[in-house]
Amino acid sequence: MGAPRPQRPKASIAIERIIEFVIRLSGVSAVFFVAAIFFFIFREAVPVLWDPDFDFAEFLFSKEWYPTSVNNVRYGTFALTIGTLSVTGVAIVLAVPFGLGAAIFISEFCSPKIKETLKIVIELLAAIPSVVWGFIGLTVMSKLIVSVTGTAVGVNLLNGGFILALMSVPVIVSIGEDALKAVPDSYREAALALGATRWETVFRVLLPAAKNGLLAAVLLGVGRAVGETMAVLMATGHAVQIPHGLLDSVRTLTANVAAELGEAPAGSSHYRVLFLTGVLLFAITLVVNVAADLAVRGIRRK
Amino acid sequence: MTASRLAIEVSDLRVAYGTKEVLHGISFDVKENEIFAIIGPAQSGKTSLLRCLNRTIDQVAEASVTGTVKIDGLDVRRVKDVFALRRKVGMVAPLPVGLPLTIFDNVAFAPRCAGMKARGELEAIVERCLRQAALWDEVKDRLGSLGTALSGGQQQRLTIARALSHDPEILCLDEFSIAIDPVTTMRIEDVLKELQSRVTIILVTNLVQQARRLADRTMFLWNGDIVEVGSTDVVFSDNPADRRTYGYVNGIFG
Amino acid sequence: MESVTPPSERFTRTHQVARRERAQTVAKWVFGAMSLAMVLPLVAIIVYLLYKAWPSLGWEFLADIPRKGMREGGIWSAFVGTLYLVGLSLAISAPIGVLAAIYLNEYARESWLNRLINMAVINLAGVPSIVHALFGLGAFVYGARFGFSILSASLTLAIMTLPVIIASTREALSAVPRAFRDACANVGATRWQTIRAVVLPNSISGILTGIILQVSRAAGETAPVMFTGAVFFKAVSRGDLFPYRLGDQCMALSMHLYTVSTQVPNVKESIPYATAVVLLGSVLLVNASAIVLRIWLRGRKKW
Repeated sequence: MGAPRPQRPKASIAIERIIEFVIRLSGVSAVFFVAAIFFFIFREAVPVLWDPDFDFAEFLFSKEWYPTSVNNVRYGTFALTIGTLSVTGVAIVLAVPFGLGAAIFISEFCSPKIKETLKIVIELLAAIPSVVWGFIGLTVMSKLIVSVTGTAVGVNLLNGGFILALMSVPVIVSIGEDALKAVPDSYREAALALGATRWETVFRVLLPAAKNGLLAAVLLGVGRAVGETMAVLMATGHAVQIPHGLLDSVRTLTANVAAELGEAPAGSSHYRVLFLTGVLLFAITLVVNVAADLAVRGIRRK
Repeated sequence: MTASRLAIEVSDLRVAYGTKEVLHGISFDVKENEIFAIIGPAQSGKTSLLRCLNRTIDQVAEASVTGTVKIDGLDVRRVKDVFALRRKVGMVAPLPVGLPLTIFDNVAFAPRCAGMKARGELEAIVERCLRQAALWDEVKDRLGSLGTALSGGQQQRLTIARALSHDPEILCLDEFSIAIDPVTTMRIEDVLKELQSRVTIILVTNLVQQARRLADRTMFLWNGDIVEVGSTDVVFSDNPADRRTYGYVNGIFG
Repeated sequence: MESVTPPSERFTRTHQVARRERAQTVAKWVFGAMSLAMVLPLVAIIVYLLYKAWPSLGWEFLADIPRKGMREGGIWSAFVGTLYLVGLSLAISAPIGVLAAIYLNEYARESWLNRLINMAVINLAGVPSIVHALFGLGAFVYGARFGFSILSASLTLAIMTLPVIIASTREALSAVPRAFRDACANVGATRWQTIRAVVLPNSISGILTGIILQVSRAAGETAPVMFTGAVFFKAVSRGDLFPYRLGDQCMALSMHLYTVSTQVPNVKESIPYATAVVLLGSVLLVNASAIVLRIWLRGRKKW
């Protein structure tokens, strides 16, 4: 073959080796960081399990939360868990129909121009920081609720649920739209060819075909609502109690940590119990995320 | 250069993806400077075989390979610099892939990866390869435009030009005429005949007539086994060694 | 369903057809209204906040420091603090995240480690921000003894943004067709040569968009910085661009909004609104530019 083959300069080979080493290191570092999160949260939380004042059953099932009481310290998070569940519930009841409806509209009914615009609006809606949402709840929404219902305090379960709904809707819409987009066009064409209207196609064909993805959308919306902190801290009114109506104030697990972490002395039982709450939250969101991931993978396998 | 030196020796090559074996221990040789055609229906393991030659099969995570493939007498799995091996074995994939680079950069990519920098040398290579691939006249005025903007047939010839750009000693073409029209196919076939004096060519094709037109020897691969390998004249005659060959070549089964 | 119709009546509109079409129209309008119900809040919120914030808005508000116990003055210290936190945290998480994504997408084989990393990234992305706050407090403030500082807060934010950067970068990388990589391997290019020549140039727009979106997320986060390095008040001089050092605590815009709207009595009414407008405005501006960038680059796609 005549001419000698060109050789790569040694330096460029060496540089490539170094770059590839750094790339590998970064890849593995992701695992390291996750492990670190597990480790440090558990490390701060675990010692409280041996504290004589602390009872794990009480932690989960008692509604008495008196962390700073002088002679009757109680670390029961039941009311907080109910707070989280109720706010999330209100949010989901409001957000799911709107979110899925908007996802269907964007995916199936509107023109490309409107679709593009709506997707941008949703992206911007999703970008609004939670503290701004909290501020909106505290000011706008609270005044609105007071003037409409005549209740004394505007920061309550309804307010928090409403704000959380607005925060979860973008998640539900974008994931739900992805799920509908993943349904092959041949399904739509087949349904339309059989004489179905667009609505019948959506209702009879697309929704059943995309149900896993839509479930994932709802679950991720729930995940966002459960984990939300600042918005519920500012909008729910902060009373540790089991709510009896939409206009009662509540406090959630997340808001409780945010409200008290600053005042709990490092290393105290109170401080450790807050970390334990973090473990609990971590576990809840883990379950929700894994469930959503499984649901999404369900569609991919098809 | 003796005409009968062996360019490729394959012995007892097995390839499995997970538990599914697609090549069941095949052995054959390819002589230097011959056109060696591999025919056979889809799923018979042709592409897997080619991927063993330049070891791109390494990139398929679940693939396991046993047996030996020797190129120029050297076991490919002992090769230290797999990238040099791949430059020695040019490969043209079934579907044309213009890289999202300019036409010039598409062809100059391989020499550059190998360490060539001089603009003049690169220009010479680009022109030579594009001429060999019968593409030069169509693109010589727009070497700076994107390779992906070419038509399918042009991209396929661009792919061939790219495969020639690193001066391969063996050129593998995997069903190169799938995406192009008959006229272009004929032009490329002419190019291959010209190249034969310098390069060993392995031609995987499902157009049996193409094998008949071009190949010195032909191998019929079926379901991961060699049914027959021999001179093209014999394989395409009325009395090949195996009745199945006659059936496949004449479109009776397969 | 439909009964057999005589030939003369085929293709005519029956009552049934009309009813079905009505159902379709109703569905379209209902879903459309639901979509509109998302657009309206965004517009209404922005308009209302702007209206309430108007008396305080202006360059003066941005450039001045908070005065009289945050009841008057501007937000300079908080604004600069947020710039510090966002800049530092992304300087840490963007390179690591992009490289980790390159590893996962281009180098890693199907293996338990890869699956572990995937699982980690998915879950990390869903961890509540308050849990990140706890982690930052336990790991950086106390564990690594960085104390309450910009460094601790930035590291916390970096860990929080990391999985999202990894995920968005991977998405951008995997949008580059597999065939390009095979073609490069066939001509003897090494993985890194392939990545540099073909994969990165064609995914950089997606990668950048993902990073820019994290700028706005990091700027808006409150809980993670509140317990790791951000303080209620820190005296800096007006207009000073470099008021903080790594080991200092700083003010942050998001936390400042929380403070002035809940913790400080008798604040001039327009101040929290104006703070919210600045925070919201910066975040939306950053996001909008990411969107514009994406649309512009999509128009120049090469295949």
